[in-house]
Formats: sequence, structure tokens, C-alpha cells
Amino acid sequence: MVPLPSSAAVETSPSPSPLSVKKIVLPLAVILVVGFSLAPILWQVLTSVKTNADIAAVPNVYLPTRFTLEHYIEIFRRRPFLSYMLNSFMVATISTLLCLLIGTPAAYALARLKLPGEQAILAIVLIITLFPYILLFLGLLEIVRALGLANNYLALVIPYTAINVPLTILVMRSFFQQLPRDLEDSAKVDGYGTWQMLAQILVPLTVPALVTTGILTFISAWNEFLFALTFITRESLKTIPVAVAQISGTAAFEIPYGPLAAATVVGTLPLVALVLLFQRRIVQGLTAGAVKG
Amino acid sequence: MSSTLETRERRTGWLLLAPALILLALVYAYPIARSLWLSLFNQNLGTELQPVFTGLDNYVRMSGDGRFWQSILNTSVFTVASVLIELVIGMGIALVLNQSFPGRGAIRTIAILPWALPTALIGTTWAWIFNDQAGIVNDILLRLGLIETGINWLGNPLPALLSVIVADVWKTTPFISILLLAGLQSIPGDLYEAHAIDGASPWQSFRQITLPLLMPQILVATLFRFAQAFGIFDLIQVMTSGGPGGATETVSIYIYATVMRYLDFGYGAALVVVTFVVLVLVMAIAAFFLSKVRAATGDR
Repeated sequence: MVPLPSSAAVETSPSPSPLSVKKIVLPLAVILVVGFSLAPILWQVLTSVKTNADIAAVPNVYLPTRFTLEHYIEIFRRRPFLSYMLNSFMVATISTLLCLLIGTPAAYALARLKLPGEQAILAIVLIITLFPYILLFLGLLEIVRALGLANNYLALVIPYTAINVPLTILVMRSFFQQLPRDLEDSAKVDGYGTWQMLAQILVPLTVPALVTTGILTFISAWNEFLFALTFITRESLKTIPVAVAQISGTAAFEIPYGPLAAATVVGTLPLVALVLLFQRRIVQGLTAGAVKG
Repeated sequence: MSSTLETRERRTGWLLLAPALILLALVYAYPIARSLWLSLFNQNLGTELQPVFTGLDNYVRMSGDGRFWQSILNTSVFTVASVLIELVIGMGIALVLNQSFPGRGAIRTIAILPWALPTALIGTTWAWIFNDQAGIVNDILLRLGLIETGINWLGNPLPALLSVIVADVWKTTPFISILLLAGLQSIPGDLYEAHAIDGASPWQSFRQITLPLLMPQILVATLFRFAQAFGIFDLIQVMTSGGPGGATETVSIYIYATVMRYLDFGYGAALVVVTFVVLVLVMAIAAFFLSKVRAATGDR
């Protein structure tokens, strides 16, 4: 087995600060970081379990006087919230798998095989990771209309796959480059063709990297808003970000903040779970994609 | 013999690359090229059936379009302000997360969280936080006695811009922290020890060791964040839809409205092209600086 580098290996650099500062300032700083990162989420969670009276109270009632799940029940009863979740899940999963399937071979080719113009291809791949989706949406809208793909998963799956292919190529390429070349050389001596070697030797070794890339792709697809807003208008096919954003938009008078908060909590839960489980991989993937690229 | 092997390797290589290249051509190259073409036409789905070739008319119209210039200004203010603040806070968080303390793994996980959450949902969260009636920002400011009546944050031009900047800073600072933390971890610790023995204060160490050695990561993070902030759509669409009175309308929001609300495809395409050109120009400048810095610090 070839050990893949883990972030733990490069993780130690002693602090330059003296001990006394460290004892007082560091805990405070850590508390600040935690507060900064969690406060808005916490407020939304609190709002989601408050009664409407508590939510609208001025001055604010910080902790719920009565704990309620009515908003959670409402989003599943009065809205097709399960469909939204299913749509997001399907679109994100399919495009993640497609993205790995298409991006990994390309990454291997760019990492290992000598191709004319590979530097140019790599440069283009790197540049388009920086393109905002608004540059694409007009042209894609025309394609979607011409092919009659509106209100079809494909209208999201294809662009979501494509917008994550560049990151996949960058991350997977950097992993392939870290694999020792001897491995492939000896496989070639043993008579493996490039395809065979890729499928039987390299892919099993790169499962961890595939997981890393897949998580980043899934997050990006789950969160995408512009294409989902433009290409999907049928209520039952909407994904979470658009469906939730439109809860506030469709309200005639008062915005229903309780259900909105509940919807936000439910819609972000899958991603919170991913981050909790795969924090280290996400960091690895992001740094491999951005810095090493 | 070796040349046929090379040819075979090349053919395999192109086969491996082909699906990705075709997909990128379809989803990136075609839409951008198509926008370039469309921008030369007067095509409004609301009023006209046949597109009329009008040359550079759309670009001429843009030069006199106050709303366009306002959106450029808004986008620039938003981008510069949020990226600068994010760099400062992101650096602070990265420095904290680079220290060793119990529970560091858990704290790092928490610190990444905002980045991973859907921006559109976070937009609704921040709109609620800045709500003029029962928002917690007004509540805290009132309790502290800093204001006497609640501010209508999203209903006034400057406060609205400030609100979306705050929301964006919260959402994307972790991205910068992650990149800078990776950079910090690659700086050897003995550099600091030697420097401290020479009598340097932590601040001097930061300025003389950390900042210069971290410059590649800082530049990469800035470049990524610049591009993302310049194209910002979801957060602002959800929080203000570009309002009030266009005060938070960024280029993306304007393009979206031009195409989807006014159905003005020709002019929308021209806006896309100009945004594209601006982005590519800035990237080229950034790439130039990055290559210089990388050459100066050694390729890391």
C-alpha cells in the first residue's frame, strides 16, 4: 500500500508567542472564533423552535419561552419539503458521481501522460474555476430552452457536473502526482495497459482522494442557486436553496420567519453532517485545489 | 518502437481527457462565445421576434447606462470591502487555529462551517438578523444604547450595502482561513525560534517571517475571493434583490434582471461580455504578481 499524505504530517509549527500571552489571549481568541462562526447559526436554530409570539417580540426574547416544533411540522405539511430535499440530494449525488467519472481520467492524463498542449489545458482549467456562474447562465438558458430541458434534473446535473470538473481535475491531479511512479512502471512491465492499470491499480489507491473531491462537489452542487433558480420553475422539482429563498418571497404580508428558520436548519443539516464527518478531507481538498493549482 | 508507444500514450491521453473537455466546452466555452455573438444583436424576447444585428450598439448603450455604472461601483465597493475584511479576520482565525490547544480539531471544524452552508439559506438568516422590526442587530444596538430607534438595515442604501458585506464576510472568511492555515503549517517552526532568540517580538516575527512567507497563499486566496465576490449573486438576490433603489445591485444581479425580467438578451449578453473581460484582465494582473512572488519566495 502506498500511504497517502495526511494533513497530520505537516501540522506542527510551534507558536511564536510567550506562555503568559498564550494562557490568556489564546482562550479568548478561540472563544471569539467559535462565537463568530456559530452565532448566526445559533440564532437561526433558536428562532426555529420559538413560538410566533416569541419570534416577533420586541425587545427580542433570546431563549424560547416555550419550545415548539410547529415550524418544522409546517414546512413538511404545508410545503413539499421532502421533495425539495430529494431533488437536492438526487441532483447533487448524480452530478458528483458524473464529475468524478469524467474528471478523474482527465486528471490522470494531465498528471502522467505527456500530451502536447497540456500546460495550456491546465491553465484554462485553473482559470475557469474562477469564473462566476453568471457568465454562463445566459448561454445555458438558451441551450436549456432549445433542448426543452427546463424543469428537468438534467438542466442542473449537466452544469453542476461541469462547474465541478475543474476542481476535480486540480485535486485529483495533485493526488496522482503524489503517487510514486514506480507503481505504474512496474504495472507496465507486468503487462498492464493504461486503462487496465487505471482501473485496477490507481483507482483503488485514490479512493480517499475521490471521497475528498466528491464531498467538495456535493457541497457545491447542494448549494448552487443561480441555475436552480433559472432552469427549474416547477414547485415539485425545486432544490433546497431556491425553495427556501422563495419562502420569504412568496409571503403576501408578514414573512414567515419561523418556518424560514426551520427550513434553513433542515436544509443545512446534511452539510453540517458532512463537515463534522469530513473536516480534514475538506481542508485537504480545498488547499490542493486552490494552492497547489 | 518507442514512438508508437508514445503515440499510443497520446491517444489514450486524449481519450481520457475528451469527456471533460467536451463538457467544459459545452458549459463554459459555448455560453461565453454565444454571449459575445448575441451582444452584437438587438434581441429582446419581450418585444421583438427576430434578432437585429446592431454591431456595437449594446456597448455604446452601456457606456451611457447609469444603472450599469452604479452596479460596477457597487460590485467594486462590495468586493474590495469584503475581501479586505475577510483577509484580516481570516488571517486572525488562521493564526489562532495554528496554535496548539486542546480541542483544536473540533474548533477547526466549527470554523469551516460557515463556508460549507448554502449561501442562499445563509442569506435568509442574515436578512432575519438585520430585520428592522425584530432583528437581533437592532435589538443589541438598542440595548447597548448605541441607537435610539431601530435602523431599517435592508431598506436604506448604505446600511443595506453594509449588511450584505457583513453576511459575505461571515460566509467566506473560513475559505481564506483554510488556505492561510495551510500556508502557516508549511512555515518551519525553527524560523520563529531563531528569530525569537535574536530578540524579535511576536509582531516582528509576524511581519518579517509570517507575512512574506505567506504571500503566495494570501495572493491565491485574494484572487479566488476577488472572482467570487465580483460575481456575487445568491447572497444579495436573497437579502435585498439589489435594493433598495439599486443600492446593492451588483453586476450579476443587473445581468440577471436584464435577462430574466426585461428579457433583453442582447444587452444582457453585452453585460456578460464586459464582466468577463474585466475578470480576465484582473486575473492576468494577479497571475503576473503571483508568479513574481512565487519566484521570490521559492516555489511552494
